[in-house]
Amino acid sequence: MTAPEAGDQVHTATVTLTVNGESRALEVDTRTSLLDLLREHLGLTGSKKGCDHGQCGACTVLIGGRRANACLALAVAHDGAEVTTVEGLADGDALHPLQDAFIRYDAFQCGYCTPGQLCSAAGMLTEGGPSAVTADLTGDPALTPGEIRERMSGNLCRCGAYVNIVRAVTAVSTAGTEP
Amino acid sequence: MTAPTITSIRAGRIGDSPQRPDGRQKVTGEFAYSSDLWLDGMLWGATLRSPHPRARITGLDITGAVAMPGVFAVLTHEDVPGRETYGLERPDQPVLAIDQIRYQGEPVALVAADHPETARRAAGRIRVSYREEPPLADARAALAPGAPSVHPGGNLVRHVRVRRGDPDARAAVVVTGEYEVGMQDQAFLGPESGLAVPAADGGVDLFVATQWLHVDRDQVAASLGLDPDLVRITLGGVGGAFGAREDLSMQIHACLLALHTGKPVKMSYSREESFFGHVHRHPASMRYEHGCSAGGRLVYVKADIVLDGGAYMSSSPAVAANAATLGIGPYEVPNVVMDSYAVYTNNPPCGAMRGFGAVQACFGYESQMDKMAAALSMDPVEFRVRNAMREGSVMPTGQVVDSAAPVAELLRLVRDRPPPPARDTGDLRSLPGGVSNTTHGEAVVRGVGYGVSIKNVGFSEGFDDYSTARVRLELTGGEPSAQVHTAAAEVGQGLVTVLEQIVRSELGVERVAVLPADTTIGSAGSSSASRQTYVTGGAVRAACAEVRSQLLARAGDPAAGSPGNRPPGLAGAAGLGDLVALLGKPAEATVTWRHRPTAPLDPGTGQGQAHVQYAFAAHRAVVDVDTELGLVKVVEIATAQDVGKAMNPQAVEGQIHGGIAQGLGLAVMEEIQVAGGVVRNPSFTDYLIPTILDMPPVRLDMLELADPHAPYGLRGVGEPPAISSTPAIVAAIRDATGIPLTRIPVRPEHLTATQPDEGPDPPSAMIMGRNAPHRVPFDPRS
Ligand code: FES
Ligand code: FES
Repeated sequence: MTAPEAGDQVHTATVTLTVNGESRALEVDTRTSLLDLLREHLGLTGSKKGCDHGQCGACTVLIGGRRANACLALAVAHDGAEVTTVEGLADGDALHPLQDAFIRYDAFQCGYCTPGQLCSAAGMLTEGGPSAVTADLTGDPALTPGEIRERMSGNLCRCGAYVNIVRAVTAVSTAGTEP
Repeated sequence: MTAPTITSIRAGRIGDSPQRPDGRQKVTGEFAYSSDLWLDGMLWGATLRSPHPRARITGLDITGAVAMPGVFAVLTHEDVPGRETYGLERPDQPVLAIDQIRYQGEPVALVAADHPETARRAAGRIRVSYREEPPLADARAALAPGAPSVHPGGNLVRHVRVRRGDPDARAAVVVTGEYEVGMQDQAFLGPESGLAVPAADGGVDLFVATQWLHVDRDQVAASLGLDPDLVRITLGGVGGAFGAREDLSMQIHACLLALHTGKPVKMSYSREESFFGHVHRHPASMRYEHGCSAGGRLVYVKADIVLDGGAYMSSSPAVAANAATLGIGPYEVPNVVMDSYAVYTNNPPCGAMRGFGAVQACFGYESQMDKMAAALSMDPVEFRVRNAMREGSVMPTGQVVDSAAPVAELLRLVRDRPPPPARDTGDLRSLPGGVSNTTHGEAVVRGVGYGVSIKNVGFSEGFDDYSTARVRLELTGGEPSAQVHTAAAEVGQGLVTVLEQIVRSELGVERVAVLPADTTIGSAGSSSASRQTYVTGGAVRAACAEVRSQLLARAGDPAAGSPGNRPPGLAGAAGLGDLVALLGKPAEATVTWRHRPTAPLDPGTGQGQAHVQYAFAAHRAVVDVDTELGLVKVVEIATAQDVGKAMNPQAVEGQIHGGIAQGLGLAVMEEIQVAGGVVRNPSFTDYLIPTILDMPPVRLDMLELADPHAPYGLRGVGEPPAISSTPAIVAAIRDATGIPLTRIPVRPEHLTATQPDEGPDPPSAMIMGRNAPHRVPFDPRS
């Protein structure tokens, strides 16, 4: 004898998102996370699932230009949003400067954390404002290695490529290639 | 976009640092990890696992699950058509539990359904009745007479004895210590996953993240009751390994479900399931006694090391051998009595993790070296240098170290690095734990500590350790291009990069492609034991030499055909024009390559030429400790390592950084907390791994002292960084605080002044007041 479970009741809703510049409308179970929507409904498997609980950062994407853990975002709560994933960072064949720097500085080994690191870094480069380690609270702080570490501390890398991640992000932030 | 320094090395020969050939795919999200695989119409598999560490299964009812819409299969051990058990060294682990449970998380049943959530919910509807039994949760107690047996035949997995010199040697100064190492998890970021596809010939194709395709294949085939040729495995993208993928996880399960349903089946573990889905690093309980002359020369070491292997054997016997043979460290000691034990308990199974037995022992012997230096009032580095092993030294196994062993030099290099600047006491951001603390760092103290380590490279004790490589050289669009095919697993270490470098150097061609690793070619052995560049690199080099001989023969070169003939790269030797002419038909060679043989250890004395090669690294750690808050900040790591030949310096540096991060984790944060056989922290919220904020700056000296026995003189590099970084950090914390820390990971409560209990009694601390394991006094030497 098994009592009916709440999970047996399926409610769906239509979600419209602009993903990497393309408008996508789809009908999903209302419990679907943005990460599962991307990976399983749109086939965009670049965003990674390392924990599904907001603990590792492997699923980091940009929602409206701000970084977010896609595993913690309910898809239906972001109806109408603009989402950028790692697949959307490059401009055609031209890699995003961060992607290029990650390759040059060998800022990864297995690469599983890399999509999240890249989206996180891309969001960080444009977000400004002080962090917990900013000394001067007026204006946007320079992205020193200390600022970068603080701001990237939500993205785990078990291969321990951290030293080179800081180098790669520093190279891009000091090159001024981002607005 | 590309910087000039990179353009010049893009082609990349040995000693260069070319970009990873899979780098572009990895930064664009195109690289297909095993969890990204997808086929239309595929099913999802889920595993039902035991919540109890030790129990009898008294009933199993799958009807509720079978009845669920969307469910295609529900399987138990009765559905395993072949061998019902598997295992790396001995098949003692059930594919699915057979009547009894030996650890929490043991798989009991499988479900395949059309949606992962359906599969998960269906697994929840399987009704299992358990009769719980008290778990055997303490490794030393497991060896006591009368302890309940986890397996028929008792709880001793292996006892390795090493005896050298006089067992009754006496010394002027004696120090003893007891040390404990907690259970570390590999915590690769990409959980276990794979896709099994049933084939028309009755076989199965499996795409999976693993470290060793062929040993997976043989175990899967045995349990499926299939000829190994009918199980074809292709490496899926691997999201980190570190030893945890050497044992099977979902491989047999997914194949069973696929063959049962006739449909492709994907399995992808959650993070929580991953904590139960692979083996961990063995917890260790160690007793050391060091005897030393008044002048500071080691006279003897006596030690016993008990390794908790958990419920199944995995690679415990080899881990025990490493702990025993490497267990006194890179020092010359004339008299050694060493006993290492691997033990069955009802704790999670333990097996391979980076450092493999050497890590646990290193914490013990390096703690002892500091304790002895203090007893002698000697500088810890000077004391180590005085006893350091060198080329020609004799291991406790009687094996002579017959290539570079620059232990003293490595120690001096890290000692002589300028110290990091003193902490800026006006800057709260420099505090351990950062700015948000309840103190202003009034009780922060700095310390410095050292560690040095020894690790064997490659498989030991007479294991037939080989790799197979096929190299094909042909014209593509009028240009010579090479293909390399092996079954060696790229797990992030950069193997595919270095294989390309080898081919470019050996054949002088620019265009090289590494084909996907699969079982259509012979085994490459495991991506473990720091061996893959050595062994598969050696195989690829040998295959290139044979291709070159074929071409020189075509060119009518009289030197051709002589084995071992190694002229410089072909393009240089024959000229590119000639090479094109010679490649009217492709040249191809498949070679199986072995490193020099090793020998088993004598079971009574542990004497034998057990290891292929030794690798050494030294670390100096500088830490700041807040003794009020119990917080540690690793300020800097200085390290020196002999790599024989830096095949790819950038990749070597990456291995060293990564190993240090994992060694730091074991020193101060990482532990699977097991209470009465139950895992209390299977999540990244509760099992902490170092973040980018925890990672200190690394000052690195790389020596290249060629090993004449190894291809290119190289020495395995992956593991040493993860071994002595840990004791160096703990030594620095002791130096800062004066607290005689004997257990890792060091926890905040071990460091605060109000904590009186620093004795080696961590299990009861870990229990948090529940079910404290019975601790039976035990002297394995009696
Ligand atoms: S998968 Fe989202 S934070 Fe780990
Ligand atoms: S590169 Fe492997 S987890 Fe970051």
